[in-house]
Amino acid sequence: MVIYEAGAYDVIVIGAGHAGCEAALAAARLGCNTLLITLSMEGIALMPCNPSIGGPAKAQLVREIDALGGEMGINIDKANLQVRTINTGKGPAVQAIRAQADKYEYHQVMLKTLLTERNLHVLMAEVEEIEVSNYKVTSIITKTGARFLTKAIVVTSGTYLKGRIIVGDVAFDGGPGNQFPAVRLSDCLKELGFTMGRFKTGTPPRIDRKSVDFSKMVEQPGDDMDLRFSYITEPNQREQLSCWLTHSNTKTHALVMDNLDRAPMYTGAITGKGPRYCPSFEDKVVRFSHKDSHQLFIEPESRTTDEMYIQGLNTSLPEDVQIQVLHSIKGLENVRIIRTGYAIEYDYILPSQLKLTLETKNIAGLFTAGQINGTSGYEEAAAQGLIAGINAALQVQEKEPFVLKRNEAFIGVLIDDLLTGEIDEPYRLLTSRAEYRLLLRQDNADLRLTEIGRKIGLVDDYRWQIFQQKKAELEEEIDHLKKTTYTPADNFMTDFLKQKDSAALKDRTSLWDILKRPEITVNDYINLGLINTQTPSILEQIQIQSKYEGYINKQADQVKKFLKMENKKIPLNIKYEEVMSLSNEATHKLNQVRPTSIGQASRLFGVNPADINVLLIYLEKEKRK
Amino acid sequence: MLYDDIAAIATPPGEGGISIVRLSGYNVISKANKIFKAYKKEKELTNQAAYTLTLGWIIDEEGNILDEVLVTIMRSPHSYTGEDVVEINCHGGSIPARRCLEEVLKTGLRLAEPGEFTKRAFLNGRLDVSQAEAVIEIIRSKTDKGLKLALNQLTGKNSLIFNRLEDDLIRVNAMVEASLDFPDDVGDLDTAEALGLINNVLINIDKLLLAGERANIYREGIDIAICGKPNVGKSSLLNALLKKEKAIVTNIPGTTRDVIEDFINIKGIPVRLRDTAGIRLTDDLVERIGVERSRQVILDAELVIFILDVETGITVEDKEIFKAIDNNNVIVLVNKEDVEAKRITDGELTDLFGDTKIIRGSVKEDIGLEELEKTIEDLVLSGDVLYDNEEIMINLRQKNALLKAKKYLTDTLVLIEDLPLDCIGVDVWGALEAIGEITGKSLKEEVIDRIFTEFCIGK
Ligand SMILES: Nc1nc2c(ncn2[C@@H]2O[C@H](COP(=O)(O)OP(=O)(O)OP(=O)(O)O)[C@@H](O)[C@H]2O)c(=O)[nH]1
Ligand SMILES: [Mg+2]
Repeated sequence: MVIYEAGAYDVIVIGAGHAGCEAALAAARLGCNTLLITLSMEGIALMPCNPSIGGPAKAQLVREIDALGGEMGINIDKANLQVRTINTGKGPAVQAIRAQADKYEYHQVMLKTLLTERNLHVLMAEVEEIEVSNYKVTSIITKTGARFLTKAIVVTSGTYLKGRIIVGDVAFDGGPGNQFPAVRLSDCLKELGFTMGRFKTGTPPRIDRKSVDFSKMVEQPGDDMDLRFSYITEPNQREQLSCWLTHSNTKTHALVMDNLDRAPMYTGAITGKGPRYCPSFEDKVVRFSHKDSHQLFIEPESRTTDEMYIQGLNTSLPEDVQIQVLHSIKGLENVRIIRTGYAIEYDYILPSQLKLTLETKNIAGLFTAGQINGTSGYEEAAAQGLIAGINAALQVQEKEPFVLKRNEAFIGVLIDDLLTGEIDEPYRLLTSRAEYRLLLRQDNADLRLTEIGRKIGLVDDYRWQIFQQKKAELEEEIDHLKKTTYTPADNFMTDFLKQKDSAALKDRTSLWDILKRPEITVNDYINLGLINTQTPSILEQIQIQSKYEGYINKQADQVKKFLKMENKKIPLNIKYEEVMSLSNEATHKLNQVRPTSIGQASRLFGVNPADINVLLIYLEKEKRK
Repeated sequence: MLYDDIAAIATPPGEGGISIVRLSGYNVISKANKIFKAYKKEKELTNQAAYTLTLGWIIDEEGNILDEVLVTIMRSPHSYTGEDVVEINCHGGSIPARRCLEEVLKTGLRLAEPGEFTKRAFLNGRLDVSQAEAVIEIIRSKTDKGLKLALNQLTGKNSLIFNRLEDDLIRVNAMVEASLDFPDDVGDLDTAEALGLINNVLINIDKLLLAGERANIYREGIDIAICGKPNVGKSSLLNALLKKEKAIVTNIPGTTRDVIEDFINIKGIPVRLRDTAGIRLTDDLVERIGVERSRQVILDAELVIFILDVETGITVEDKEIFKAIDNNNVIVLVNKEDVEAKRITDGELTDLFGDTKIIRGSVKEDIGLEELEKTIEDLVLSGDVLYDNEEIMINLRQKNALLKAKKYLTDTLVLIEDLPLDCIGVDVWGALEAIGEITGKSLKEEVIDRIFTEFCIGK
């Protein structure tokens, strides 16, 4: 094959899934001449698994991406078909919005955004080679012989790397949704010295709406509210589509058990490790054999097609068994399959080989983001894509790298976990993984991150203006509530409290503190004219910040301690073999991960407090030398 | 501020002349001042210059005196650690020092990690670079030993209670987190079950604390003082319990002029027994000093045997002395029941002593002494006996962790109805982290594992 010189770019992004789109847009918007390469145009921003975005921990991610100037929030707001709030009543830290996406619309809206972005060039091609000189990326070569020179590369190849699809005893090479897999790229990464692993994930069959009997199911409508992910999108007035709930039964489970000898999960045909939070249906039946039924949600995939997704039924059973299983379920007796469920195995790169910027430690200018790093989920992918894209651009422009800490954002938790944790299944973010989740709420992502995004350069004037207005209004209102006080002698307040069945005041008390009482809400203040603003987002902030002030402050105190260790940096060139008295296990682990701070080191499995003390003394000694 | 405030007992364990509780950090002087009452009011610790000695008492929250101490103050950077340092010199033995340390910790200091003073000294530039390796060795060996000990004590083979506690706590955490992270699959928290588990954990924490207290008593023993007005039979009781003629016994009031002490074993519990000079107003200088000492011994004691003389009846002096006994653990012994002339009625006793344990007996005729020993045992080992009868050693670090967990969980119990689940999550998680400190395990992953094994989750 003749290789020809096809041009030069500042940043090249390989793969146009959720990570790739964010990475490319971020780099382009930061002024880098950017090339986004996709295996197929249809694969851009594809949702090959469940057609939904958000939910606990994930909604926080989307809001954070949005506050930093990313695209996912805006995109889903324009392409949803149902939106709900999850975990209402369980507290502000875990309350999360979740949208069902119209997957075709989602793809199209993103496609339009990409194609109209200045500085961004979209190209359909397969990358076969990443060329490196002196441990620094120089160029890529496509299957058709084009060489593009570049300063930085972001690989966001999702589950395409050596993708292999398995349905019962049938198996073939393929990417998600039967797209072409990326075969050569994985070998190329191996040749560059990266350790690769293999994961598995699965997806349920899709069915034809016309063949479903909804009268036997429970309707799950969306919330009748104006719910949006992005802080800058306009209210969405479109009609919401419903989801439907049905259940599997003992007959279904018997079918599964009878056919286990044909289930690749149990015959050994699948070797990659699958996620525990997203088990196959056959796995659920086997492991929770005492349960007579499992929930199944039937979700529309689009406003314009009749394809529906069955949440809870991801499976790689043979096709004929899948049909029988479906027909045993209430409301699906006569259902027709549009796409068969399948399991997919793919290569990923062990994430301990990355820096917090998502640049690889070994090859300068090479970044990876998304499922290639061993994560799962569109939101996790997008978040990494954004961070990798930003850092690729910052590096090209010779600026300081950008890293979010665990106390600043779920994005920080995600990336730190990837680098320091033992990732032995596809990683999914959970609110339980964030030690400071009361600070990292979906409602305050803009307050946490917009200023940071502005500094980086991704927050445009429009978003900046909306943010500043909100911040000013919020501060003014809080100030007003804290300064307005009442004495026990005040008749107006005494009557109000009596009417609300709330204890009388003992001392002079501010409106802010009175609001802390469970029985008092901001709505009461609005009714009494005690509050000036009517803006829902401001009222939400006031309510949360006052009611949970005690707990929020508790966590803020913990953060102070956490930061002390985080801010103790470990020099990059440290030789752990020379640190006397470090345990062998710790030395090995530290060498493998090469943490950048004492805090990060202390989170490594196998590094105990004594090792940390030894390290501290060693660092001090080196410093004084 | 670089580091938080820490404290620990700086002298090696065992019976020594003096035990030192050392505090280091940047707010330790004002914190120590909160539990310190100087002899001379103007000598508040915060006013004292560096390298001064201040005499006074360590007091608890209610203002009770725990120990008479000498306090040294050193100011940053001229101290061992380079930070502000307070050293509290307690009376000999480890018990006063431990009590004092517990009081110190209540003011918000953290128990120092093994070797942490040395570590800080080095990190703050107070030790030479050439000493780095020695410092590393000290810290390494101390930390390893500390961890090993901790593990052996609570998580050894007879650690049923601890394991159950940890398990229940992981389960509560998993329930809460599963409900928060997988609401579609798991639904709302089963509050009744969660409360049941939390209560179980609290019961087991209390069991461990009690077992630990008991093990401590068997290991370190207690201080008992015998007191009363002159001539009631105090020295006679000391001799009887010791089964030897240690103290001089005469029928002359005021025989004992100084504190006489010895060690015995009562029902397996090591006891330091102290006989005191009979308390009365006196012009005799020697006796007056003796009386003053008696008062101090009574203050220091963990249990006081207060003797009355049935022959003389209850006098004004008796009433005055009883008032001065500022101690919850008192046993009243009505002595000389062998004599004819009995001048103390039951009514009188209940009027004066209420619920206090009262024993009638005769030291001379060995009546009631067995009951006395039994009562001492009961009082000292108060509470239920562990059902499997095992005594678990608990060090201060473990005790603190248990207390911390207990605090978090009691908060949860109070607030579970009023607060949303994510805030409750902070507290049950705090409890789990505190327990994790005991074993050095990070329990976060175990909670996540538990979510997936116990709840059927999946898209
Ligand atoms: N009858 C009778 N006499 C007793 C008994 N116990 C002690 N005595 C006598 O009481 C007198 C005083 O006994 P001590 O033991 O010296 O009394 P104490 O309380 O130590 O006296 P001081 O040291 O002076 O305060 C002695 O003569 C004892 O023999 C008793 O149970 N019955
Ligand atoms: Mg005597």
